[in-house]
Amino acid sequence: MSAPVNPRLSELAVGDVVATRTLEVDRARLVRYAGASGDFNPIHWNERFAREVGLPGVIAHGMWTMGAAVGVVTEWAGNPGAVVDYQTRFARPVPVPDPGAATAEVTATVGALDPDAGTARIDLTVVVEGQRVLAKAQAVVRLEA
Amino acid sequence: MAVNTSYAGRVYPPGEVYQVSAEKIREFAESTANTHPAHTDPSAARALGYPDVVAPPTFAVVIAQRAEGVYIQDPDAGIDFSRVVHADERFTHHRPIVAGDTLTPTLFVDSVTERGPLAMVTTRVELSDDDGAPVASVVSTLAVRGQDA
Repeated sequence: MSAPVNPRLSELAVGDVVATRTLEVDRARLVRYAGASGDFNPIHWNERFAREVGLPGVIAHGMWTMGAAVGVVTEWAGNPGAVVDYQTRFARPVPVPDPGAATAEVTATVGALDPDAGTARIDLTVVVEGQRVLAKAQAVVRLEA
Repeated sequence: MAVNTSYAGRVYPPGEVYQVSAEKIREFAESTANTHPAHTDPSAARALGYPDVVAPPTFAVVIAQRAEGVYIQDPDAGIDFSRVVHADERFTHHRPIVAGDTLTPTLFVDSVTERGPLAMVTTRVELSDDDGAPVASVVSTLAVRGQDA
């Protein structure tokens, strides 16, 4: 297997789609994330509790969706430490069925280029059941010129 | 009880020190489908110039949410966690977090504002290393629904 060639800032244009990925999330995945993150809010694993507080059922941690979506960016950049800034708003909850899984389609697009800073802003869209679940999801990535 | 707006501007003393381990980074990376080998393979991380495995971009939430607890769980702050929705989150990295880091969190309550039936609570956790150098900043906003919302 040859080493992947890392992207260079000078080769990018605003609007380029640089990566896509399909993510699946089921209840077991949420339990794993709860343990890994320390976020044990029962709305992310307890159906009864989630319904009692007015949700349709168990929903994914917003931070799971945010954390999983950026994986396409670090893979593309070839360096997880290249992401210097990453932000999002949580636009919609992601219900996670049981049995089964929710599917999220992630698309990473060049949103802006800053040659002076040596960074590209990568905008992420994350779509579940035809609706965007993250808003203004932007990762600023340091790249070679 | 309504959210207590007088907490805006509060700065807490430095929180519990957090030791970043390779196993915690692996667990977090695997649970979020962050598959770059530098999260789990020290030689892949060293090839990129890091001393040990590198944390995914949102790993700092582990340390930040723990630090936020002192405020969120304070009964006088008036935050009913069963009425909370996560509104937004931002990570700014001064350098990547790597296994072996010893990080100290400092919690700031940047703002507490009422917007109709919602209260918006913005916290910021600044992480610094052993030398006191800044490592990452984690800004989080929660929306708290009022009793009638």
